[in-house]
Amino acid sequence: MLVLTRKPGETLMLGEDIQVKIISVDGDQVKIGIDAPRALKIYRREVYEAIQQENKAALEASDLRALKEW
Amino acid sequence: MNIQTKFLGAVDVKEEAIITFPEGIPGFHDETQFALIPLNETSPFLVLQSVKTEKVGFMVATPYAFKADYSFDLPQDDVVQLAIEQPEDVFVYGILTLKDTLVESTINLLAPVVINEKTKLAKQLVLPTEDEKLLRYPIKKAAEGSAK
Repeated sequence: MLVLTRKPGETLMLGEDIQVKIISVDGDQVKIGIDAPRALKIYRREVYEAIQQENKAALEASDLRALKEW
Repeated sequence: MNIQTKFLGAVDVKEEAIITFPEGIPGFHDETQFALIPLNETSPFLVLQSVKTEKVGFMVATPYAFKADYSFDLPQDDVVQLAIEQPEDVFVYGILTLKDTLVESTINLLAPVVINEKTKLAKQLVLPTEDEKLLRYPIKKAAEGSAK
């Protein structure tokens, strides 16, 4: 993994059209601004992982008992 | 073709009805071919069944049965990827996480399954929202909405 040090207000460029700016640092929180083409999907990693987990949880149901109440 | 389904035994599906998820779905990237089989004629529930893996069968439902005002913007690159030409061709489903009772069961509205009925191309989107309760949205008959 490439590790770089930046100060608040400084920016990284990923290729030509993606910019990642460190807006501010407050204790253990870093506020980040991202300028990128709209087509680029940006997620918090936890969100994507939560969806993977939920898909797996969805498969754990082995019968349709609950739906009988519908 | 005959496929083995998780919930409904062997089911005959037409090959032209097979839905392709080019990227698979999160957590199941090598599952790309699914069939969508209605559970029955009276409920909003369907089975999204992997063609090749019997145990990969999701219960899904139309979200509007539970959240009448559910809506989101489909990003332009997804419109292109799914070759969507008109909104009427787009069908949206949420994956259910079923528990022992309906009250404990939820539907995933944070990551809806979007299907282009014309091209049979589909994907599970991740909505850019902070509303994390959409991940496990309660399944209840929407009093204000229709159950269709």
